[in-house]
Amino acid sequence: MSELNAALEHPTYNYKVVRQFAIMTVVWGIVGMLVGVLIAAQLAWPALNFDLPWTSFGRMRPLHTNAVIFAFGGSALFATSYYVVQRTTQARLISDKLAAFTFWGWQAVIVAAAVTLPLGMTSSKEYAELEWPIDILIAVVWVSYAIVFFGTIVKRKVSHIYVANWFFGGFIVTVAVLHIINSAAMPVDATKSYSAYAGTVDAMVQWWYGHNAVGFFLTAGFLGMMYYFVPKQAERPVYSYRLSIVHFWALVAVYIWAGPHHLHYTALPDWAQSLGMVMSIILLAPSWGGMINGMMTLSGAWHKLRTDPILRFMVVSLSFYGMSTFEGPMMSIKTVNALSHYTDWTIGHVHSGALGWVAMISIGCIYHLIPVLFGKNRMYSVELINVHFWMSTIGTVMYIASMWVNGILQGLMWRAYNEDGTLTYTFVESVVASHPGYLVRLAGGAIFFGGMLVMAYNVYMTTRKGVAEQALPAGSAQGSHA
Amino acid sequence: MASFWSWWVIILTVITLVGISWILLANRKGGQGTTDQTTGHAHDGIEEYDNPLPAWWFYMFVITIVWAIGYLVVYPGMGNYPGLIGWTQIGQHEAEVAAAEERYSEMRSRYLAMPVEEIALDPAVRRMGMRLFGNNCAQCHGADGKGRYGFPNLTDDDWLYGGSPAAIKTTLVDGRRAAMPAWAGILGDQGIAETTEYVLSLNGRSTDTALTAAGEKHYQMYCAACHGADAKGNHMFGAPNLTNGIWLYGGSREQIAHSLRAGRNGVMPAFGESLTEDKIHILTAYIYSLSN
Repeated sequence: MSELNAALEHPTYNYKVVRQFAIMTVVWGIVGMLVGVLIAAQLAWPALNFDLPWTSFGRMRPLHTNAVIFAFGGSALFATSYYVVQRTTQARLISDKLAAFTFWGWQAVIVAAAVTLPLGMTSSKEYAELEWPIDILIAVVWVSYAIVFFGTIVKRKVSHIYVANWFFGGFIVTVAVLHIINSAAMPVDATKSYSAYAGTVDAMVQWWYGHNAVGFFLTAGFLGMMYYFVPKQAERPVYSYRLSIVHFWALVAVYIWAGPHHLHYTALPDWAQSLGMVMSIILLAPSWGGMINGMMTLSGAWHKLRTDPILRFMVVSLSFYGMSTFEGPMMSIKTVNALSHYTDWTIGHVHSGALGWVAMISIGCIYHLIPVLFGKNRMYSVELINVHFWMSTIGTVMYIASMWVNGILQGLMWRAYNEDGTLTYTFVESVVASHPGYLVRLAGGAIFFGGMLVMAYNVYMTTRKGVAEQALPAGSAQGSHA
Repeated sequence: MASFWSWWVIILTVITLVGISWILLANRKGGQGTTDQTTGHAHDGIEEYDNPLPAWWFYMFVITIVWAIGYLVVYPGMGNYPGLIGWTQIGQHEAEVAAAEERYSEMRSRYLAMPVEEIALDPAVRRMGMRLFGNNCAQCHGADGKGRYGFPNLTDDDWLYGGSPAAIKTTLVDGRRAAMPAWAGILGDQGIAETTEYVLSLNGRSTDTALTAAGEKHYQMYCAACHGADAKGNHMFGAPNLTNGIWLYGGSREQIAHSLRAGRNGVMPAFGESLTEDKIHILTAYIYSLSN
């Protein structure tokens, strides 16, 4: 087993922090998605708000988004970036203490979020709801993360910096800048602050942050993951070094402009809307560069998909990545946005990226990592990985298809006019018409969530002593013994 | 936008577009097809092929950049430059509104010239009114206009501010603000209990004649100014009739006592700014038709 041998040859790597983050990825994935299932159910049956402020949709929804993006996605990014940067630079993390601080600090942020959001403490900025004391802790943890990551790169034992680390590095630097600028606020007391910006400027800063949270946290970071784990799992060279150069620089240069497409047909000046839209269109090619490089890396190894469900997770995640990065530029076109904006289409688009791309690539990488980190040859059950794969795929497809139907339905109902110039439908009629879609979305989300429970069982069984430690025949790929 | 910031936007945009075009062209490799040649470095066992950029991807990238430049020539985007066709979102909005006005206003102004009582009988007007009601009024008064706790029923003969076409229209255009004061400080617990007993007696529900008699004194001193000596209410103040068994905030002993203690300040928003005069006329006819 090549990974295991490599690990044993380099006993100096810090795997402890990677293990901690990898396990918490699974834990927070379950928590965050459970809250997601709850709020999906609330939209179908509002009685599930329980008439309590703490469990109302308005407080549970930011809890869900924070938990899945920053707790689940964030832990996956910490785990994989710490692992990849050590393996590809052949150097141990520069400071075990600082790395441990990033783990405990990040968990503290998550717990603080889980307490304050249900209590109604919020800055009311989407994906940046946490109040100023937690924002400061995030900034401190993030700067420590940057020191550990870049410090390790500086003392690397190889001359060249691997492409995965460009993406991780770009993600770490940009998220620091985004977080600090967007969260700038004037505190009133310990639990309340007001944004440093006002009116349209505040909205623009917020969506400059918001879209680049997607672009750098949820895209660049996970492309870093992809660039290590896909060639590793497929045991094939990366398809094109040139392509990775072009799409990396184009991606980071263009993503930062795309935020205004969240504010089409608002008080935002026309010139800013136009620039946001044209840059979003240009973004199609740089985004697809990553998909092509991942997919084409598999040429010559397609047969492995038959036996390796981990590789299947990765390939399907790249497909969803390609699909949602096509959908995004299309939705940024003003004419399309006039229909899609404020509808469930947006929610479907987000989840084709969040479930299909971010969650599935993370799950694939964690399945790759767990046996290596716990000194096992493979996961406890490859068959259960396969079950999880199908649950994730079916859940994602149900989710996004129902939201497409709902979104287009809502957009068309809201703009339908009668011969006499009055609106054909009242708003509540569009809500009633959306109800079947909400049920399908709930079912899809619940199936995806169920897959995470299967994963948790499989991970637990793998980490137990005496399980799956038997040696596999030399040269065989993980997962080929299903 | 000051010309400094306009140039700031233009220069940054140009730098970005030129920069990505340069990196795209600089990394284009002659020769087509794939190669087995790698870049020569390996990381943790991962090698990288030196394959060229896929041609279809390269051209797709070029096309989006060319399209972007074309868009920024035609539409606003480059700072203060307004674009070749002078498009603005407010201009688009105004053109769409003007087109709708031209198309529909003649028909609606024909109705505007007719009395409410007459057009209320016209099914086409009632259909239009029902849709306007559904999008503007139903959120509070219900899709059927029957109201709910705190929001009056519009289908019965009981009106807070009057049910004539003129009164309904005034309510729609200007809104209404009820001002029932809180009496806890003046009447005290005992006074509230007595007055509540008197209000209950107005519907024949009193159980204690001594309390009722004491309550009537409070009523005539504090309440009769708005609700009237006979408690039949007054449309001038929006003071409800207390004798007909219709209760906006509930008619139980506790609910009446609460209204007395804390007061009531129901608000009907004004629609004079958001709906045109002809639409309000049609809406008036629809609401009038609900009870006539």
